Amino acid sequence: MAEVEESSKPLFAGLSDISISEDIPVEGDISVPVGSQNPDDDFSTLDEPVKDTILRDLRAVGQKFVHVLYPKKSSALLKDWDLWGPLLLCVTLALMLQGGSADSGEDGRPQFAEVFVIIWFGSVIITLNSKLLGGTISFFQSLCVLGYCILPLTVAMIVCRIVLLGALSSVSFVVRLIVVTASFSWSTFASTAFLADSQPANRKALVVYPVFLFYFVIGWMILTFSPSP
Amino acid sequence: MSASQGSTNTNTEPWGSFEDNNIIQVTGSAVIDMENMDDTSGSSFEDMGEMHQRMKEEEEVTAEAAAIHPDLGEVLIYLVSTQVWQAGKQQASKAFNLYANIDILRPYFDVEPNQVRNRLIESLIPVRMINFPQKVAGELYGPMMLVFTMVAILLHGMKTSGTVIREGTLMGTAIGTCFGYWLGVSSFIYFLAYLCNAQITMLQMLSLLGYGLFGHCMVLFITYNVHFHSLFYILWLVIGGLSTLRMVAVLISRTVGQTPRLFLCGTLAALHMLFLLYLHFAYHKMVEGILDTLEGPNIPPIQRVARDVPVVASAVVNATIKSIAAVVQSQ
Repeated sequence: MAEVEESSKPLFAGLSDISISEDIPVEGDISVPVGSQNPDDDFSTLDEPVKDTILRDLRAVGQKFVHVLYPKKSSALLKDWDLWGPLLLCVTLALMLQGGSADSGEDGRPQFAEVFVIIWFGSVIITLNSKLLGGTISFFQSLCVLGYCILPLTVAMIVCRIVLLGALSSVSFVVRLIVVTASFSWSTFASTAFLADSQPANRKALVVYPVFLFYFVIGWMILTFSPSP
Repeated sequence: MSASQGSTNTNTEPWGSFEDNNIIQVTGSAVIDMENMDDTSGSSFEDMGEMHQRMKEEEEVTAEAAAIHPDLGEVLIYLVSTQVWQAGKQQASKAFNLYANIDILRPYFDVEPNQVRNRLIESLIPVRMINFPQKVAGELYGPMMLVFTMVAILLHGMKTSGTVIREGTLMGTAIGTCFGYWLGVSSFIYFLAYLCNAQITMLQMLSLLGYGLFGHCMVLFITYNVHFHSLFYILWLVIGGLSTLRMVAVLISRTVGQTPRLFLCGTLAALHMLFLLYLHFAYHKMVEGILDTLEGPNIPPIQRVARDVPVVASAVVNATIKSIAAVVQSQ
């Protein structure tokens, strides 16, 4: 019965009764073994060779690429977010969309800055929108997810460039249309697999639509790209 | 029992009541910080808990410093630098929360998908009751999504019509046009409503005009892909007219007096319908010119090209059309 009584009381209730009287000397030696490892642990990555740092970052980026290509419900993209992968993908896409030769009369092609700005400002707006709708994901996590999910579209761009090396016919247009549509729906599906979990259940459609529009615009830019003659 | 304890004499509640001697400074922000999305946000209990947490953190930092650096001078330097950093961080986060607080906009995005769908459909149905002020939903999610959709549709139209933008980019022009219309015309009509004593707020006007863009989006989506002039005129009158009538009816129901009603609604109707006309024809002429020329090789190409196109672009178009006509004639 006493044990039941004890377990029903809050945990540290008995401690307030303890008092140390002054005539019992309490002394000793408490030495905390603090070596020089503790403050230097945070800075130890400064001493490693540059190759190690780069390889470690590249390995992290590559691991996230794999997560995008096979979108399961994992939290790897969210837990340690980084913006290297999105930057890499964005620059690759913008360079490929530029087309190479700078024709002064034919300005219909998107410039590098245009693609860059579209991707980054589009991501920022979608992030703000999902935060305003009550999402629990943080700003940079959302940017990270949206940037990484551009990977299928970049792959589609590469395929389109290869297809366009051949003749510019309706067959090539149909092939490019199929490839771009498939990769754009893959991107949307992959990003919603990561983003929609952080929203309340009945508002997922409200978050998915801007993502759909965003990847649609990028996919449309890829589809209407034609190389300079 | 309670008289012997000095500072903790108000310890009557089980959770440990407020200890006034520990309050240094209450964070005073004019905006309720809704970043803590739990139900207890805004209550002073949470603020006290946060302050206790901060005090405990500072004590831990001090203890850490004493353990690592046994030298007193180093302890002091470490303490001072930590406190300066903490104070600076607090100041920055307070300023950020006060000025760059997107939570100000959070109530306007509080919608459900079926609400958005209903409002989209209702934007094409003019109301009948104009003697009773009609309810206008004040939300910004639907209008913003509609404006971005219109940007996407405009981009498509500009690309397929081969528009050449000299100073600027396609994307910038599209975004500037759509957002400029939405924000600019809303502000202008709000100003006119203020002059005409209409009972409508800026948010409601933004929302109303934003949903009125739904008809525009539909018409542009259809006519940028199917190039029939008569189809465009029919759609312009029907769908454009319906969405204009809806906005006009809402405004009439909130205005008193015949002349103010006429003035306000006439302006809005004119701007809304003319905008759709402008969007269709600004990016459509090039395709029209080339199509007409290809049909009739006897018609000289120069006369069919639109007149108010910049000189360089029209020279390019002329050269292209002449070469195409030459190719057609040689076959």
